[in-house]
Amino acid sequence: MSTVTPFPAEVRPLLEVRQLSQVYHLNRQNLFGPRPTLKVLDTIDFAVRPGEAVGLVGESGSGKTTLTRMLTGVEKPREGQVLYDGVDVWLGGEAHRKLFRRSVQVVLQNPRSSLDPRMRVGTSLLEPLRSLRIEGDHAARVLEVLDQVGLDKNALERFPHEFSGGQLQRIAIARALMPGPKVLIADEPVSALDVSIQAQVLNLLKDLVKNLGLGLVFIAHDLSVVAYTTSRVSVMSAGKIVEVGKPLDLFNRPQADATKALVGAILSVESGLAGNALA
Amino acid sequence: MQTNSARPAIEVRDLVVGNGDVTAVRGVSFTIPQGGRMGLVGESGSGKSMTALALMGLLPMGWSTRGSILHDGVDLVTQSDRALSSRRGRTLSMVFQDPLSSLNPVRRVGDQISSVIRRHTGADKRTAEAQTVELMKQMNLPRAEQLVRAYPHEISGGQRQRIMIAMALACYPQLIIADEPTTALDVTVQKQVLRLLNGAVRDRGSALLMITHDLPIIAAMCDTVAVMYAGRIVEIGPVQEVFRNPRHHYTRGLLDSQPTMDNIALDGSSRLVSIPGMVPPLHALPTGCAFNPRCPAATDKCREQMPELGAEALRAACWHPLAKVGEVAAQ
Ligand SMILES: Nc1ncnc2c1ncn2[C@@H]1O[C@H](COP(=O)(O)OP(=O)(O)OP(=O)(O)O)[C@@H](O)[C@H]1O
Ligand SMILES: Nc1ncnc2c1ncn2[C@@H]1O[C@H](COP(=O)(O)OP(=O)(O)O)[C@@H](O)[C@H]1O
Ligand code: SF4
Ligand SMILES: [Mg+2]
Ligand SMILES: [Mg+2]
Repeated sequence: MSTVTPFPAEVRPLLEVRQLSQVYHLNRQNLFGPRPTLKVLDTIDFAVRPGEAVGLVGESGSGKTTLTRMLTGVEKPREGQVLYDGVDVWLGGEAHRKLFRRSVQVVLQNPRSSLDPRMRVGTSLLEPLRSLRIEGDHAARVLEVLDQVGLDKNALERFPHEFSGGQLQRIAIARALMPGPKVLIADEPVSALDVSIQAQVLNLLKDLVKNLGLGLVFIAHDLSVVAYTTSRVSVMSAGKIVEVGKPLDLFNRPQADATKALVGAILSVESGLAGNALA
Repeated sequence: MQTNSARPAIEVRDLVVGNGDVTAVRGVSFTIPQGGRMGLVGESGSGKSMTALALMGLLPMGWSTRGSILHDGVDLVTQSDRALSSRRGRTLSMVFQDPLSSLNPVRRVGDQISSVIRRHTGADKRTAEAQTVELMKQMNLPRAEQLVRAYPHEISGGQRQRIMIAMALACYPQLIIADEPTTALDVTVQKQVLRLLNGAVRDRGSALLMITHDLPIIAAMCDTVAVMYAGRIVEIGPVQEVFRNPRHHYTRGLLDSQPTMDNIALDGSSRLVSIPGMVPPLHALPTGCAFNPRCPAATDKCREQMPELGAEALRAACWHPLAKVGEVAAQ
C-alpha cells in the first residue's frame, strides 16, 4: 500500500474514521442453522480535511455506500470510531452530534428519486433546515445557495419533473448545501447523467471545494471520473481499503488487484479507435 | 439462412415517430449493411430509444411511425403487429438496458431462452434445451447446467444481461439492437459484457445497432456512428473520421466532455469541458438548428434555417461545420 500526503499533514482531518468495522447478519440458511454474517467494512481508516477532495472507488458491493452511512452517522459501526472535528460522534454529547449532523451532508446518485416529485424546489430546499431545526433568515440562505450552484431563482416555484437530470443534480447539491455543511459526501453523483452534463456537475463540485473550502468525499465506480475531481483516492475491495494514492499514480502503477481491475475497465475513445479496447 | 449480401440488414428512410403533436424522431435515415455495426449516440431524450422501438414495432401506446424501414425484403412500417411479432427474436432482436424488467420474473431463465428457440426454429424441447445450455456457455455464464434453472432475481445484473444477449442471439438474427446494454452495470462487468456481445455478434455475422450515450463504447464496437440531437441525426459517418475529426459542434462538445486519463493535472486542478445548457424539450424546440442555443458558433442563419445532412460519406447538418483536417473552415 502506497502512502501519500498530498495535503499538509498538520491540517487536522474534519471527518475521520479509525479502525472501523461493520458486520451484517444475513438470513439463516435453514431454521436451526446459525445466522451467517458478512463483514462489509473491515478495519477502515479514512479521513477528509477542509478544502480537500478525496475519492473512494471500488467494484459494486465493495462497501462504499456502507462507509458513507458511517460517515454520516445514520448507522453506528460495530467497531472503531467516527470522529468529527476530532471528537467521537457516538461518544460526544448531544450538541456535538447535532453539529456533526448539520456539517456532513450527502448527494446521491439519482436526483429524480432523491427529490420529492410533489414538492416545489423551493420547499425541498428548506427541508433540511426544518428537519435540523436551524434558525435564521431562510429566504436569504436559499438565494445564496442558488447562486453557489448556478441556478436561477425562478427554479424555486417549479417542480422536479420540469428539470433535466443535470439541473436536478444541481438542485440536490443546493439542498445539501443549505445547512452550511463542512463536508459533502457525493455517492456516484454523476452516474445517472449524460457525459456532457456530467462535466457541468463535476466542475461545480470542484468549485465548491475551492470556493467554500468544503471537504468532499467523492464515490464512483469509474476511476477516470474520480481523477478529475479528487487529489487522493482510496480503493475499496470486499470491505477493505486496499490501496491509497494520487489518481494518476493509481492509473499508471496500480498495485492491488482491485485497482488493476478498475484501471483495466476504463474504456476510452482513443483505445476504442485504436481497436484494442476490448482486447 | 440465405441472405442477399447486397441487401442491407436495415435501411431506414425519413423515419418520423410521433404521438399527436409531439414528435420524438424527426426524419431519421440510415443504412446498416449485412454484418455492419452502427452506433447511435446522443444525450438522453434525443430519441435514440424511440428510434429503436420503432424498428422493433414496440412503440408505446399512442405513438406511430411514418417513413420506411426496409428489412429482410419488407417495409416494417406497413407490417401487421402479428407479422412484426413473428420477426422479433428471429430476423431482428433487441437487448434492453434493464434486463430485470424485460425478463419474465416468474419463469426460469433457461426456459425463457429455449422457448425463443422453439418458437422460431420449431426445434423440439430437448434440442432447444441443449442449445440453451450451449449458448449460455458461450456467454461465459458459470455452471450453465444449473443456472438454466435460476429465476431472474436469483442472478446478478451482469449475468442477467448475458441471458438477455443469449436470448437475442439465439436465432442468428440479421440485426441486433442493443439499447444502453451496459449502462446499469458495474464498470468491470460492463467490459466483460461488451466483449461477449462483440464476439457473439461477429461470430454470427449479425449487424449491430448499438445505442448509448457512452462514446468509448461506440469507438470500441462500431464502424459507423450517427449522432442524434433533438430527434434528428446531426452527424453521421465512419467512427474513425467522426471521432477524430468531428464536423458538427455538438459532436465536438460530446467528445470534449469525455473524461480521459491523458489530460489530468497532477494536482487535481483539471476542469472538464462541458456543453452549456441542456437538450431542449420536444414541445419547445428552437427554430433553425436545434443546437443553436448551446452552440459557440451559432449565427442568425442557424437561428432561422434548419441545416440538413449533406450527401457525402461524412456528413454534418451544420451551417458552419468544423474544418476537416487540412481544410479552411466553411463560412
Ligand atoms: N442492510 C444490509 N444487510 C446485509 N447486507 C448488506 C446490507 N447493506 C449492504 N449489504 C452488503 O454489504 C456489501 C457492501 O454494500 P455497499 O452498498 O456498501 O456496496 P457499494 O460499494 O456501495 O456498491 P455499489 O457500487 O453497487 O453501490 C454488499 O455485499 C451488500 O450486499
Ligand atoms: N412512453 C413515452 N411517453 C411519452 N413520451 C416519451 C415516452 N418515451 C419517450 N418519450 C419522449 O420521447 C423523447 C425521446 O425519448 P427517447 O427515445 O427515450 O430518448 P433517448 O433514448 O435518446 O434517451 C423524449 O422527449 C421522451 O421524453
Ligand atoms: S448549424 Fe449553427 S448552431 Fe447548429 S451546430 Fe452548426 S454552427 Fe452551431
Ligand atoms: Mg453504492
Ligand atoms: Mg433511451
